[in-house]
Amino acid sequence: MATPPKKSWFDNLRESQVWNSIFRHGPPDNTRNRSLAVLTNVFLHLHPVKVRKSGLRLKYTWCAGGTTFFLFLVETITGLLLMFYYRPTAEYAFVDILDLRSQVPLGVMREIHRWGAHAMVIAVWLHMLRVFMTGSYKPPREFNWNVGVLLLVLTLLLSFTGYLLPWDQLAMWAVTVGSNMARATPFLGNEGPGAALLKVGDIGLVHAGDDARFALLAGRFVGSAALLRFYVLHCVGIPLVAAVLMAVHFWRVRKDGGISGPL
Amino acid sequence: MPDAPKTEPVVLPASPGAAAGGEVSRRGFLSWIAIAWVSFTGAMTLISVSTLRFFFPNVLFEPPQTFKAGFPSEYAPGVDNRFKESRGVFMVRDDKEIYALSTVCTHLGCTPNWLDAEGKFKCPCHGSGFYITGINFEGPAPRPLERFRIVLAEDGQILVDKTKVYRQEKGQWQDPEAFIPV
Repeated sequence: MATPPKKSWFDNLRESQVWNSIFRHGPPDNTRNRSLAVLTNVFLHLHPVKVRKSGLRLKYTWCAGGTTFFLFLVETITGLLLMFYYRPTAEYAFVDILDLRSQVPLGVMREIHRWGAHAMVIAVWLHMLRVFMTGSYKPPREFNWNVGVLLLVLTLLLSFTGYLLPWDQLAMWAVTVGSNMARATPFLGNEGPGAALLKVGDIGLVHAGDDARFALLAGRFVGSAALLRFYVLHCVGIPLVAAVLMAVHFWRVRKDGGISGPL
Repeated sequence: MPDAPKTEPVVLPASPGAAAGGEVSRRGFLSWIAIAWVSFTGAMTLISVSTLRFFFPNVLFEPPQTFKAGFPSEYAPGVDNRFKESRGVFMVRDDKEIYALSTVCTHLGCTPNWLDAEGKFKCPCHGSGFYITGINFEGPAPRPLERFRIVLAEDGQILVDKTKVYRQEKGQWQDPEAFIPV
């Protein structure tokens, strides 16, 4: 009379109702269950169940897209933590940045955010270069190339809006110079081509008090209103749009046949 | 068993959508659809325009565009920096006139400094240089500094109005309100 083999605590856990309500497939000891483990998980299911061998070759992909996404997550988490201390007003912004370094535990958080931002911009460009060099923008992937270009623009806008937040001389003048380019917007900028045509009688409709640059800065120069506006765009507006486009971007990679491989 | 002939009761349509007998006629239905679409489009347009308008505040916490700059006799010949920080204006007096130069570099909007020893405005950002008149002569600035409207108020003080700019390249510096003769 052989005694049945003793069940481990893990086997008992596997058979519990709690476990089975969360993981609705058997142990991943065969191909089907391993596939289900990925397919039935909301986070893992973004990733294909199977990848081409070439998709794992660093020499081919540089892992630049994956690095970019990882850095975006780093920026999201560190940025969220910084929001607990940083106040986006002309009175507090600069001293809060200093305090983040000297008076907050893990004072390196702001540096991680800043260096991560630089790294993300570099990774985005490398990703774009790799996709171009490997011809991965060709049909059926033309649409996803365009989504990627939009994501590149959003990445640069995140950099630009974040640059103002330390509220020091460098930030002020960089954004002054950068936002002055908006004056040259066709029809919508007060110095742009065609803006002089938009007038009722003698009164010009587009001037420094209502043009594209004004909408960006909420004023005629970079002041506290511009700081608040850039803060909201940096922390909520642009990341939300970027997250939606990233979802489209990853989904299209899957639908267009996974990571492109060497021909 | 044949029915007795009945006169049809006249039912007036209660609305454009209702035909005789309470049924919705094709024409009535289409006119309702048209009204609905027009209303919906109008509402959406209104919401979009209102949302866009939301980004343009009615009140700005900025210094007023018009300010009094003291009496002409207070200005010695040369460049006066007293309103450079607060108002963004260089007050300049030469042997013939007083004029108000904008402190915004025409290249990319930094603030040039008046270098007295060298007799020129020099922009720290990209090195644009301007004569005391505001005319650009070196660096990337594409055009001269702008001048603001400058008049004498009733009390004899100088009144500078930044809402009106005069550009040299448009020949506007000879306009009567672009300078005060002294």
